[in-house]
Formats: sequence, C-alpha cells, structure tokens
Amino acid sequence: MTPTVVLPLVIGGLYAAGVYLLLDRSLTRVVLGFLLMGNATNLLVLSAAGPAGGPPIIGVTEPEDMSDPLPQALVLTAIVITFGIASFLLAIIHRSWRLVRQEVVGVDEEDRRVARREGVHADELDPDDLAPEDRPAAHADSLHRTARAGDSTAEEALARRYAGIPSDDIDLPPTRGASR
Amino acid sequence: MLALLLLHLVAGVLAPVLVRWWGRQAFLALALVPAAGFAWTTSRLGTVVGGGEVRQSVAWVPELDLTVTLRLDALALAFAALVTGVGALVLVYCARYFEPGDEGTGRFAGTLTAFAGSMLGLVLADDLLLLYVFWELTTVFSFLLIGGSGARLAARRAASQALVLTTAGGLAMLVGLIMIGEASGSYLLSEVVADPGSGPLLTAGTVLVLAGAVTKSAMVPFHFWLPAAMEAPTPVSAYLHAAAMVKAGVYLVARLAPGFADVPGWRPLVLGLGVATMLVGGYRALRQTDLKLLLAFGTVSQLGFLMTLVGAGSRELAAAGLAMTLAHALFKSTLFLSVGVIDHATGTRDLRELSGLGRRLPVLAAAACLAAASMAGLPPLLGFVGKEAAFTALWDGGLPDRTTALAVLAGLVLGSALTAAYTLRLVWGAFARKPALPPTAPAELAHPPTPLFLAAPVVLGLTGLVLGPASPLLEPLVAGYADTMPLLAGEAEKLALWHGWQPALALSLLTLLGGAALFAVRYRVYQLQRGWAVGASADEGYWNTLQAVDRLAVLVTGTTQRGSLPAYLGTILVVVLALPGSVLVFRAPWPGEWRAWDTPVQALVGAVVLIAAALALRIHQRLSAVLVVGVTGYGLAVLFALQGAPDLALTQFLVETLTLVVFVLVLRKLPKDITERHRPRERAVRGVIAVAVGLLMAGVGAVALSARTATPVSVDHPEQAYDFGGGENVVNVTLVDIRAWDTLGEVALLVVAATGIASLVFLRRRTGVIARLAQEQRAARGSRRAPRRRWLAGSEALPPERRSVVLEVLTRILFHSIVVFSLFLLFSGHNQPGGGFAGGLVAGLALVLRYLAGGRYELGEAAPVDPGLLLGAGLLVAGTSGVGGLLFGAEVLQTAILETTLPVLGDVKLVTSLFFDMGVYLIVVGLVLDVLRSLGAELDRQEDEDDTLDVAPEEVILR
Repeated sequence: MTPTVVLPLVIGGLYAAGVYLLLDRSLTRVVLGFLLMGNATNLLVLSAAGPAGGPPIIGVTEPEDMSDPLPQALVLTAIVITFGIASFLLAIIHRSWRLVRQEVVGVDEEDRRVARREGVHADELDPDDLAPEDRPAAHADSLHRTARAGDSTAEEALARRYAGIPSDDIDLPPTRGASR
Repeated sequence: MLALLLLHLVAGVLAPVLVRWWGRQAFLALALVPAAGFAWTTSRLGTVVGGGEVRQSVAWVPELDLTVTLRLDALALAFAALVTGVGALVLVYCARYFEPGDEGTGRFAGTLTAFAGSMLGLVLADDLLLLYVFWELTTVFSFLLIGGSGARLAARRAASQALVLTTAGGLAMLVGLIMIGEASGSYLLSEVVADPGSGPLLTAGTVLVLAGAVTKSAMVPFHFWLPAAMEAPTPVSAYLHAAAMVKAGVYLVARLAPGFADVPGWRPLVLGLGVATMLVGGYRALRQTDLKLLLAFGTVSQLGFLMTLVGAGSRELAAAGLAMTLAHALFKSTLFLSVGVIDHATGTRDLRELSGLGRRLPVLAAAACLAAASMAGLPPLLGFVGKEAAFTALWDGGLPDRTTALAVLAGLVLGSALTAAYTLRLVWGAFARKPALPPTAPAELAHPPTPLFLAAPVVLGLTGLVLGPASPLLEPLVAGYADTMPLLAGEAEKLALWHGWQPALALSLLTLLGGAALFAVRYRVYQLQRGWAVGASADEGYWNTLQAVDRLAVLVTGTTQRGSLPAYLGTILVVVLALPGSVLVFRAPWPGEWRAWDTPVQALVGAVVLIAAALALRIHQRLSAVLVVGVTGYGLAVLFALQGAPDLALTQFLVETLTLVVFVLVLRKLPKDITERHRPRERAVRGVIAVAVGLLMAGVGAVALSARTATPVSVDHPEQAYDFGGGENVVNVTLVDIRAWDTLGEVALLVVAATGIASLVFLRRRTGVIARLAQEQRAARGSRRAPRRRWLAGSEALPPERRSVVLEVLTRILFHSIVVFSLFLLFSGHNQPGGGFAGGLVAGLALVLRYLAGGRYELGEAAPVDPGLLLGAGLLVAGTSGVGGLLFGAEVLQTAILETTLPVLGDVKLVTSLFFDMGVYLIVVGLVLDVLRSLGAELDRQEDEDDTLDVAPEEVILR
C-alpha cells in the first residue's frame, strides 16, 4: 500500500508536541501532552490498518470496500479509556493544588534521601544493637541476665570474665511463662 | 490418598470455626484427621511389606502434563506413619497446651493441620513438581507458625530467616528438579530414581537439589535457622522442627540415594555436611542453658547423623538410617513435648532455675528419661538399635571407600559421645536436684499437668521403648526400602537389640563413657568453649549478607532514582530513540513511493491539527491551551471519519467535548497562567528529544502504513459479525462479541479510574452525600413531578448571578431528547454507528448540561443515584450477560440471537450482546457522573461551605 504524506506528518507532529509537553514540570502541561500523544497513537493505529475505506457497516458498504474494523474497535475503547485516565490525572492535579497549592511535578524528596543514603531500614539494625528480648534466638548471648544463684555460678563468673566476647548461647523468651 | 490430603485441607479450613465453637477441645477433633491418616497408612503395611505399593494418579493440568501422582512404598510409608502419628499426638497435646482464653488459637490450629496435610503430601508425592509444591507449602506454613501473631520482633525475624533460607534452597531445588527431570526424561520420582541418566546436567541438578535438602534439614552452614525457629510454641517445635518438616531434607536424600548416590559430588556433600553438622550441633548443644535450645541444637546434630546414614547409598547404612529416623522422631518429639510441659508448669525452661522437678512430675520424668535414653543410645531402646546398626555397617563396609568409612565412623562416634553428653545435661538440667538451688525450684508449680497433657509424651516415649526389643518387626519395612541399594558389607545385618559381642557394642560403650566424662567435667568444657568462642558465626554471616543486599539496593536505587520525573521520562524516551529508532533506520522496509493525501480535506484538517498542536506549546494560558488541544481532538474526529470509521469519529467527538468540560471543572480552581519553570537550556533539550521522537514516530507511521501486505485477521469479521453476532455494525459487534473479553477488561479499567477520581476528591468515602433539595422544597412543588413554574428543579439553589435563563430553558427542552437519543444509540448501535460507549457518552453529556445549567442541586435531582451503583451495576450486567451465553449452550460472552414475531411489533430480533452493551452504557454514564459529582459538585460544595480542610474532629490530614 502506498502511504500518504499527510498522516505520518500529523502523527509525528502530534508526538513531538506531546513529548515536549510531557517533559514539562507543570502537571497541566503533562496532561495536555498525554492527550496529544494519546491522539497521535490512536491515529497511528488506525492509519496503519490500511487505506481509507467505507464505514464497516453491512448494507452500507460492500465487505471488500470496508475499512478494517478490528483496529477501529481497539481505538474506540482506547479513546474512552484516555478520557478516564485524563480525568484521573486532572483529579490528581486538583489534589496537588489543594494540598500544596502547586501543580508541578517536584523532585521526589524520598528518592533524594535514598540517594543521600539516609534513613535506617529495620534490617540494617545489627542484632547486637537490639534489646535482648528482640534478638533472634540463634544470635547473641544469653548472659545478659543479672546474677542468679545456682549451680551455674561458674558460668556467671566466666561470663563476666569474657564479657564482650560474642557467644552463641541463646536466651529464648519463655513462650508461656512470661504471659503469666 | 488424595482423599486424605483433601481431608487435611478441609480440616485446616474448618479449624478456626471449630476452635471458635469448642475452644481448645477442637484440637481433639482435629487430631482425628492425622489419626485417620495413620490408620490408613498402617493398614497398607501388609501390601507394602509384601513388595507392593499403592499408587494414585489424577490429572491436574493436562495441557502441561501435570498430574497429581501419589505413591506409597516402604520409605513413604515409614515417613507417612511418622508424620501422621506424631501429628495426631501433637494435636492432642495442643488441646491442653493452650489456655482457653489464648488468642490466635484458631489460626494456629488451622495452620498446623494444613501443615500436617502438606507434609503428608510431600512424602507421598511421586511427581517431582508436585513434591516441590508440597515442599514449599511446608515452608510457608512453617513461616506462619514461627511468626505466630507477628507481634514480636524476634519471632518475625526468626520466621523470615527460616523462610529466606529454606525458600532460597527450595528455589535452587526447583531448578535442580527440572534439570534432573530433563536429564532423565521423566518427572516421575519412581522412574527418575530407577534410571537417573547421567551427564553434567544431572550432576548440576543433583547438587542443586541437595542445596534444597541441606537448607530444609538445617545442615551446616545453614543450621542456625532451626534454633532461631524455637520462637514458635512448643508443639510446633516438636512437630515441625523435630519430627516432620526438618526431616523433609532427610526424606529427599533417602528417596534419591538409591539412584543418585554414585553421582559425582553426592557423597562428599552429603557425608561431609552430615558429619560436620552432627559435630557442630552436638558441640553447641553442650553449652545451652535453655532446655528448648539445647534440644534444638541436639536436633541439628541428629539431622546431620541421619543425613549421613541415608545418603551413603548402601543397603546397610540405609537400613540403619531409616530405623534411626523413626527413633529420632519418637524421642525428640517426646523431649520437646516434655519441655513444653515443664515450661507450662513452671514458667521457665532455664536449667539454671529448675531443681528437683523429677520427684514432683514423676510420670513426665519417666517418659522424658526413656526418650533421653533412646537419644543417648542406651539399650534396650530403639535409638540404641539404630546406632548399633549404623556402627556395625560402617565397621564392615557401608561405603565403597574404606578410609572414608572409617573417617565417617570416627566422626559419628565422636558425635554420639557429644549426644550422650548433652542428653545427660538435659536430663540433669530438667529434673535433677541441684545443690546450689533450693530442693524445689521453682517452689510452686503454677500449672500441674493433667493426664491428657502428658498423654502424648508418654505414648511417644513408650513407643520408643517397645520398638527397641520389637525392632525385628520393623525389619521387613526397613528392608523394603534398603534392598533397593547395593549391599557393601559381607552380610546384611538384621535390626535387632542384641547382635552378640562385636565391635559396635564397644563403640556404643565408648560413646556412653565419653558422654558421661564430658558431662562430669562440664564446667571445664564450658570454660573451654567460651575460651574458643570466635566472633564469626554462620548467623552473623547471614545478617551481614542481608545487610549487604540492603546496602546494594540503596546504592542502586540512589544511583538510578534521582527523583525527577522529566529526567526519568527523558531516559525512557532516549532508549526508545536508541533501540527501536536504530532498527527503524537500518532495518525497516521504507516505502518506495508516496501519495500526498487521500483527499484534499484530509490535508486541510491535518494542517489545522498541526497548527493547533504547535500553538499548544506556545500558549501559557491554561484554558486556551486546553482549547487548542481540543481542536486537535476534533480534527482527529474528522480524520477518523475520512478514514471510514464513523464510530470512532462519533466517540472521539463526544469524548473531546467531555474532556473539555472536565478540564474546565478542574482548572477553574487554578491560576490563569502556567508558570514557566524551565531554563532555556532545559527547553532546548526537551525540544531535541521531542523532535527526535516525532521524527521516529512519523517514520514508524510511514513504515507501518506501507508494510501492511499480509491479509488481515479481520478479513472475515464482516461475515462473522452478521452470522454469529447478529449485527451489521462490524465495529460494534467486534466490541461486544468478537473481542468482548477485551472490552470487559477495558470497562473494568474505567470503573477503577472512576473510583480513583472519586477517592482523590472525597478522600475517605466512595462519594459524598448527593446534593438534594431540602425535603420541604420538594414537598412544596408536589412530590416527584417536574416543576411547573420553573425551568429546572434545582437551579434556584444557585445564586442569581450564576443563573442563566437561556441555558435553563435549553436544558429543560433538550435534556429528555438527549437521553432518548442516547438510548437510541445504545439500541441501534448493533446495526448503525453508536453502541454502549457512544450512548453512554451522550447520556453523560446530558447530565453535564443539567449540571452546568442548574448547579450541584440540579445534578442531584437529575441523577439521584450513587455513581458507584451505576458502575457496579454496569459491570454486573456486562458480566452476567457474558455468563448468559453459557445458558444457551455457547461459550462465555458468545452472542445468542433470539428471533420471534410479536403481534404488534412484527419481527423482533434480540441479540444477547445487547445486554453487554447496556453494561458498557451504565459504566460510561457512571464514569461521567462520578467526574461531575466529584470534580464538579463536591468542589462547588467545598467552595460554598468554605470547607477547606474537610477534616473530622481529632483527625489529622497531612496536607
């Protein structure tokens, strides 16, 4: 099929304008860019379907003269969905305006904080820094409790002597005793 | 077998309900489920011992050749009996372990029952992938059981640690299973083991599968998750982390050993890790002061022992391994349950706080001592039989290589000595009277155990005692499995308590004496252990790895995510230019010839569209920019019509109008002009990218226009549309019949978008209160009839300066006609341009008209329904009509054509897809109404009532 000059030109022009607006910081212009690109895409899909023809309605056009109905069905829903999404974007603009009296895509502070390596994630905590009852059982030592009478005096003494040496003895919280 | 698994599933689902009805007694009912499994399993003993097997196969996903294949042979029977028997007893134990008022018992009961079912499935599965499914199910349930309510940090960490480790191993195993399946040409476990094939693929697969087994069974260096998992309640520790789940790795190794023991890498891995684990576990068990942790490290040690035995790949060691597995499950669960009783009764498990408990709980002490004797390897218990068999086997053969066999034997003897030592420490710690403590500590037993509470440990302990002398009875079952492997020793030794005076007996004596000696000098040992303690541990390594992953994630995120949306979009677009762009330039079939246009009108409209688009870049006044973008939309509608797409043109025209309305509704709150925030350099970069993308897309368009040479799939659409869809408008039939699934998804998307809009405006509710006229106003004008003296019902609520008589008159005259027209479009759309989308948009425009003319009260009077109701009803109608096709014996969403002749109307043809279109219509109307309600009426209300914060008392909204 021989392509027309007009349609690619319109498609390219709409895309260029849409992309330029999409890269703006103003949300209004972003939405406008979104609409332009949506229109351009719809036109691209439809024009790629083939040359212009008669409306695909039986009785109006002979089947061989019809334009291809399938891309039309695809584009039809795309048009309505574009409306839904554009309305959603506008609702976002409204929200942004109400919250901060701005309608710009600002710099994401969270991203910036991550980039500066700020903030502590829970898993970055060393188990040694946790409270004893929060330590994982296979970690740390059990000798953080205060002196206790019993056959274990020797162990206590050793614990004092070797304070600071990590041991893998463990102290589980009682699963039933503590609740009572 | 499948019925048993389903029974577990049903019981697991019902468990929370049962617990709500019957409290903790529900566990007794639930225990019947594994008990039934135990009864069934043992009833098949005769078949299996006789050399037979029970098989069941049900097609699961035939398209993928997935079947649920279950098989009960000697090995599976041994493990299944273990899993179900111990499971039933543990559930009985739970009935007294939990207090009547405990929270989360129902959840726990369900999870534990479901776990029992998964474990049973795991040992019965004969399909590699099915095995994997059950394998991961046990991992997930273990995670849930360890994590408990999720309220404690330590429990959460232990649960996630166990999950991360076992899942990592499980994923490696999945890859390994697939490699093995491909290498051997079958996914049936029984066939794979019979003929595993060979080659590097098989070797790699085997090593990966072993990785799964090693993590699941807590072998060094992944052993640390098991002690940490002791956060879980004691029944879980006894069942999952002693008897059942951690045995999964042992089971898998035992299952594969007959075929895979000679695969390169198998023996070094299994034997090396097994012996190392046994020693490390025993060494660390010696210094624990928490009875439960002592047992946990003891379990790690014993798992290493079992892994060594079943992985060796010889008949004599396999027999010893299976006997030892049974013995271990019996004694270890007894001990765990006993510790649970102690914990329950005294409130502590610390052996430094317990004294003289043996005299006060004699029954418990007796049961625990029996189990401990079995663990240490004292005659006449089953543990002694298993250990003897292992020592004898290694003394005479056991492994192809003598040196290795003796080295392993030395390791096992040393490990057994450690076992004996920590067993003594356990018994002494739990029950003995300690000189430095008062004769009874704690002084009072808070909760003396009831007989039912003691039942499970006593039964399990006694079983270990009975099975020792009765071990020859186990011989046929054990032999049924072990005979699948070659005998390396001179003669096969049968399981028995007494084999006469032989070297193994001396070794057993040596382990016991060594254990006693280690226990006697326990403080010395403790001192040494502390002296040798080093900073590094496998657990430390695990956390360091996790932290390193976290840091890497932060590094990657911080480097790539700089927080600027234009920068992200620019990056994406540049990639688009670089990759598809270069393909377009170098590879695309460029058209050889061109036409200027289809019609001159097309060129004219194209020029208008381009000019409007260019103006949109220059204009900084908001509304004007919106208007010129609207012009491109209307221009497009004309181009659509010229292209031969009247439906598209109609829809585009309506949508463009509605879009303008929505823009105006939102932008009326914003300043008139858009501030320019970009420096000239940024604008230049944007311009370059924009022009390049425009050129690229123009090129794509040109190539796409010329490249279409094949016959389109839609060539038969017109004929099909009429024959099957019963409509003349092919596009509409495509929407509601040929590609109705697409449309259903797309209207669902509209529902989501509408809900999103409403939630962004109303924040906490789906919609606001519908603005209606006060009751008396309505009563005054006479119930539900239209107002006679005014043009519109609700416009009087508007301030006079905002009213427009012309608009009101027009609205009054046009509204009903437009609605009728929209219905006409809906009904005629099957044969002429129109349909649900266009009809809904027109109806939406009618509502827009009412709102613009009369304000928010008028909108409330025009459509006194919740938009959510319309959206939901639409989705329901569309979905139901799809199912309706089924009623006429067709497929989902297939159209049925009903034709009949009525007296007055003549021939009536009803196609069921009309109902689908009605659903679409309702959804589109709902969308428009939602937009008007939130962005129109609600914004008016906020302005009228100066409700800028919209906050309820003591509620804070981050603004």
